[in-house]
Amino acid sequence: MIRTEELLLNVGPQHPSTHGVFRIIVKLDGEIITEATPVMGYLHRGTEKLAENLNYTQIIPYTDRMDYVSAMTNNYVLCHAVEKLMGLEVPERAEFLRLIVMELQRIASHLVWWGTYLLDIGALSPFLFAFSDRETILNLFNELCGARLTYNYMRVGGVKWDAPEGWIDKVKNFVRHMHGKLDEYHALVTGNEIFLSRIKGIGKYDADTAIAYGLSGANLRCTGVKWDLRKNEPYCIYDRFEFDVPVGQNGDCYDRYMVRLEEIRQSLRILEQALEQFPEGGETMGKVPRVIRPPEGEIYVRIESPRGEIGCYIVSKGKAEPYRLKFRRPSFVNLQILPKLLIGENMTNLITILGGIDIVLGEVDC
Amino acid sequence: MQHYWDRPLTWGTAGIFALGAVAVLAVVIVFVTYAIYFERKVIGWMQFRKGPNRVGPFGLLQTVADVAKLLLKEDTIPAKADRALFVLAPALAFIPSFLVLAVIPYTRHLQFADLNVGFLYYIALSGVSTIAIVIGGWSSNNKYALLGGMRSAAQMISYEVPLVMSVVGIAMMTGSLNLRDIVEAQQGYFWHWNFLPQIVGFAVFVVAAVSELNRTPFDLPEAESELVAGYHVEYSGFRFAFFMLAEYVYMYAIACLTTILFLGGWNPPIPQLDFIPGLIWFILKFLLVVFFLFWIRATFPRLRVDQLMGLAWKVLLPLAILNIFLTAAGMEIFGARG
Repeated sequence: MIRTEELLLNVGPQHPSTHGVFRIIVKLDGEIITEATPVMGYLHRGTEKLAENLNYTQIIPYTDRMDYVSAMTNNYVLCHAVEKLMGLEVPERAEFLRLIVMELQRIASHLVWWGTYLLDIGALSPFLFAFSDRETILNLFNELCGARLTYNYMRVGGVKWDAPEGWIDKVKNFVRHMHGKLDEYHALVTGNEIFLSRIKGIGKYDADTAIAYGLSGANLRCTGVKWDLRKNEPYCIYDRFEFDVPVGQNGDCYDRYMVRLEEIRQSLRILEQALEQFPEGGETMGKVPRVIRPPEGEIYVRIESPRGEIGCYIVSKGKAEPYRLKFRRPSFVNLQILPKLLIGENMTNLITILGGIDIVLGEVDC
Repeated sequence: MQHYWDRPLTWGTAGIFALGAVAVLAVVIVFVTYAIYFERKVIGWMQFRKGPNRVGPFGLLQTVADVAKLLLKEDTIPAKADRALFVLAPALAFIPSFLVLAVIPYTRHLQFADLNVGFLYYIALSGVSTIAIVIGGWSSNNKYALLGGMRSAAQMISYEVPLVMSVVGIAMMTGSLNLRDIVEAQQGYFWHWNFLPQIVGFAVFVVAAVSELNRTPFDLPEAESELVAGYHVEYSGFRFAFFMLAEYVYMYAIACLTTILFLGGWNPPIPQLDFIPGLIWFILKFLLVVFFLFWIRATFPRLRVDQLMGLAWKVLLPLAILNIFLTAAGMEIFGARG
């Protein structure tokens, strides 16, 4: 008798396409996945516990290291939570700087995703194109705050550094340049027949499933749900600018791809307006007490990070350190749908689907 | 070499054959060394990078250094691997890749073996390499290697069919499978070369050939993002180098074969350019094909395994058969020389 056996394959934690130390154990029938068990925690550093013994300014560098592809938005969510708890006013100029760096960060983050996703699918060149554009953004950040990845830029009540001379013009140049680049990217990749056949109709789910799993960001918007916290619950100064929330229809990898690329375009739109209205002078730090002691109470704030809804929950007992700090990390929540999506797909689609979710392992494990 | 072939085998002719073989080996090794360098440079330029530029002038010794590194590496064999097969596989992959070069006619006179079934000889021997890849994947006792090996077997068997079928049209037009006769039949202006009258066959051949080479967009057996390295994931040092060498020698062979079958071999594009030696024309066309292979690697993403199979059986094979039909119809209507 000929008998076939299921193959238990261990993917990761050292595998080129798990984008870090993610591990997934798949049961294969031929090349078809019958069962998938994700294993997380290889990068767990206990950020939330560590934060309980640190004052608020000291926690900011830790947030850099959570989602290290999008450190600026992480900085912001913590500062925003503390400011809201203390009722602090943030000066106009600082708000503009925050918004500009967050949108630049969104573009940089989506570029990393775009490049690595194409690399997963087997195209080598887009990765280098995307990284050369991201390099421009990192250089801008470097000029602004002296760091290229973990910025530690924002502070409770404002930002640490003012924009240096000519920086705004450089950002303007970049925005102009990036518009053209985005068209090139579409021309190179989006129309490619092989690429389309790899991602169209793959990893499909509907809006109800997405909401039930708590997905956010492009993973939610690809199903047609128009939910963007920048629009729905405006924070910072997003309510002053015009932009659209791109949505998909089918909830497949192709829609996620298109939504993310369109978000780059919308971020450029926001940047254009913000750079036009950038205030001439003014403070970059509000009036903040020397030791930050939020009043007793608790608060939850959420903002739109490139990966989805990042939230920060603080319980304060009126001390300089938080009593309890909790981050809602979009990568972690978005990843939960993975085992469901993988059943019945083949090995190749595992990579396509996992890449399409857009996770950063530093954030998954926190 | 031809007139030596017809003489009786003496020590003298045997010596000349041996020398010729060593010469080809040297040419191919130099080609492989600089093809790798050239590939890295070309892809570097396409990606706004510089490519290798540290070892030697313009990085020309980079590949030499890489090979030296592979030679000096520890030779590891996994504890649970099937030792005999594990050792056999790289050699089995590498030997046929050199054997196929014997039938390649570079010019009218420069050819090592003038076989009447030259094309069949090529296909038959290159099929052996598939077995080597399966053996390599199987004997490594690694699941990723096994998946890579199995994919490779499925892929190479599937694509050999359209590859052979796409050449049938040429065989019909020429009335021969002898590679030299095929080139001789393409004399005249460049529109007499087979790629225009056999445009469908040419397209099928190029796609199938790229797939046979396991190169992007058909590099599934070694799909880095899914299978880490595919069938040679457990190989290191010089055994790994053998697999890589075989791959690049096949690239050399396929580029030669494309030049011969479709691009008129050593014939100049217009007969007035006859004063330039045929070997130069051959090399130019050959390099064009090689460049084309590098170019698509920098551009395309990878196909999925089921799409790959679908492409071979549902698209390429019917196209190749259509091409045979069209060729036959053309020959019937317009006479033997379409």
